[in-house]
Amino acid sequence: MIQFFNVNKIYEAEVRVEALKDVNLQIENGEFIFLVGPSGAGKSTLTKLIIREETASSGQVLSDGKSLARMKQRDIPFYRRRIGFVFQDFRLLMTRTVYENVAFAAEAVEMTTTEVRQRVPLVLDMMGIADKRNAYPHQLSGGQQQRLGIARAMVNNPTMIIADEPTGNLDPETSAEIMRIFQAINRRGTTVLIATHDKDMVNLMRKRVIALKEGRIVRDERNGGYQHEA
Amino acid sequence: MRLSSLGYVARDGFRNIWRNKIMSIASISTVAISLFLLGCVWLFVANVNNMVFNVESELEINAYVEQDLPRETAQALASDIGAYDGVASVEFIPKEEGILMLENRFGTEADLAGTVGENNPLPDMIQLKATNPDLVPVLAEKLTAMEGIDQVRYGQGMVEKLLKTADWLERAGFIGLICISIAAIFLISTSIRVTVFARRDEITIMRLVGATNWYIRWPFLIEGMLTGFFGALLAVAILVLGYNKLVISLMTNMSFIPIMTDQATLLLLGRNILLYGAGLGIVGSFLSVFRYLRV
Repeated sequence: MIQFFNVNKIYEAEVRVEALKDVNLQIENGEFIFLVGPSGAGKSTLTKLIIREETASSGQVLSDGKSLARMKQRDIPFYRRRIGFVFQDFRLLMTRTVYENVAFAAEAVEMTTTEVRQRVPLVLDMMGIADKRNAYPHQLSGGQQQRLGIARAMVNNPTMIIADEPTGNLDPETSAEIMRIFQAINRRGTTVLIATHDKDMVNLMRKRVIALKEGRIVRDERNGGYQHEA
Repeated sequence: MRLSSLGYVARDGFRNIWRNKIMSIASISTVAISLFLLGCVWLFVANVNNMVFNVESELEINAYVEQDLPRETAQALASDIGAYDGVASVEFIPKEEGILMLENRFGTEADLAGTVGENNPLPDMIQLKATNPDLVPVLAEKLTAMEGIDQVRYGQGMVEKLLKTADWLERAGFIGLICISIAAIFLISTSIRVTVFARRDEITIMRLVGATNWYIRWPFLIEGMLTGFFGALLAVAILVLGYNKLVISLMTNMSFIPIMTDQATLLLLGRNILLYGAGLGIVGSFLSVFRYLRV
């Protein structure tokens, strides 16, 4: 469970940016959540706070009741192993095969060679790209590339998946396919948080929607849609 | 870290070098050239030291006693000298013995001692050895000033010059070593920085999936260490081959130069250069890893 209590995030650069303002939020285990809002609304900042890439300027972010800000530096990698991250631009290693891309992540969390050999084919099969294991990313379609991105996020068997605009580079049909995969993952009990501004998708899915605008939560609705945005 | 992870990071370290061939070759060559020069200086100094040691081991001070000094006074003088600081050993050599030594040195069949008989022209001699070559001139001066000593002889000039040269070279070599090391570290560090940049996507992914900082750092440190080590290996190979060639050529053409051929010393040099190279690599990669690798 993730909780935000009065969270503010201010970036002090050349110009002062208030990325999040007084955010209060609770994400239960096993939820499926869309995080919506225009660019610059604070969606990325919110996900960065959850994966402990950033810390709150004020307020508290808790994971299972523990403060992320006070988490020891050396515990952060182990915390992140419980979260899978999916990128808009897939971030695949172009010089490595499908199998190697996933194995790379498995090795990074120090799975044994045996565990890697068991786990990687399993997630590739789950994502429906087992037959492409020796292909290189550029030989895959956009949808397949994102499936590979999801496979990599899943190899660690995380309790939560965070996706930042996962369908941003995909056509509507492929986007629907990717969403079905996220739904399937969620049905297995994994929490799914998707930052997006794909209105159609959000409206279609009827899941919890958290809308951000200028750093504030302007709406948090069960079974919500995108169009009623304040 | 698990054993399997050790395998992953070692593999990635090698892979880094291979992927980054051009830069790796440049770094390895620079390290090789630097350490080769360093090795040359070291060998030169070792040879000078070797020469000094040879001279030194024969290096003794001969103090000739005044001809008319009674034997007992001369012997007392010798035991007084033996008590001085810096004197390793002292021996009183009466002139009867001195003439026998002379005979030996010339290796003549002639019976010198018999010939001169009672008219031995040699003075009695006090022969001493210093504990430290630096003390020789000091002791010599002291002896010269002593009552009853006629003349003092030692290998003055030659030894001092050699020691000065060796000392100077060692100092120059040390400064050179520092400059060379800085250059090598800088180059290795740049090379690692290039790899860090080339692998930035992988690093991002590793961080987000929860790789520990050390898991991310190790391949780069290994890359640096290997770069330094391979460079050193190249330098050692060239040094050993070249030096052996030089030794053979000097021994046949200029055998009077006492060149050092001690294999143990050469082995030590090789080992030290390899360790030093690997060390330079580690330092170089540390600099880059902690400066450019945000984990």
